[in-house]
Amino acid sequence: MEIPVVYNTLETYLLIAALLFGFGIYGMLKNRSLIGILISAELVLCAASVNFMAFNRFLVADPAVGQIFALFIMGLAAAEAAIILSIIVAVYRNYKSIDPEETAELAG
Amino acid sequence: MTPLFTVEGLAGVVFFGFILLIIFGALVATNAVNLIRAVCGLALCLVGVAGIYYFLQSPFLALMQVLIYAGAVCVAIVFAVMLAEPQGAKRLERAHPLAGPGAFAAAALMAWGLAALALRTSWPEASSQVNAGALEDVGRAMMTTFVVSFELISLILLVAIIGSLVLARRGRR
Repeated sequence: MEIPVVYNTLETYLLIAALLFGFGIYGMLKNRSLIGILISAELVLCAASVNFMAFNRFLVADPAVGQIFALFIMGLAAAEAAIILSIIVAVYRNYKSIDPEETAELAG
Repeated sequence: MTPLFTVEGLAGVVFFGFILLIIFGALVATNAVNLIRAVCGLALCLVGVAGIYYFLQSPFLALMQVLIYAGAVCVAIVFAVMLAEPQGAKRLERAHPLAGPGAFAAAALMAWGLAALALRTSWPEASSQVNAGALEDVGRAMMTTFVVSFELISLILLVAIIGSLVLARRGRR
């Protein structure tokens, strides 16, 4: 039995990242609740991290830099998730709903 | 193509397993009606991405991915679901009937564009390696070259903690 070895080429990882990005955009456009949009945004951030790590592994002279970038993205994503979740809790307390189309008060 | 029962062949099988985990997890995360199920799909997908990091020669980042993303962020989202979604399973689709196919078309277009760019560009190889990219090099670079960014990240985390506490506390009766 033969199997193709694809984990040593840059393009594989870039394709995985493009796929994750597409899934994230699809979920952000389709989902109807703020938490669903947050989950999809995490997918987009993950795609960015995979891209950084792929370029770091294959193209860059210093392989520590991309790992630091990915770590920073992780920290920022954690902070962003905390802020968005507390905003969701506050929005729910005011509107009794987290549907972004029901909470559009300024839209008139 | 390599024979299956070698180290490279079995590693390739594990790699395909991680890719399948990512695709399945992302499908569940974007399409599940129940939000808790969507969070579980997100956790699966993030564990798959951790495996991808392992194949990119960074076991430390794989560990951090499982700890921070699949652990902390997913548990935080579950808490938000429990605090803000008492009516349980709700319709996740937008009201407009064209929203789902339109979203799929837009996302497929962007993913296809990115994939085509990635495949057609001739990427330049790195000339020489400065270090091995081990955890020790990461720590040293973080404490020397990127020390300002490191401090900024810690400041941002502090502001995020205080800000989320203030936001979640306000308006409580």
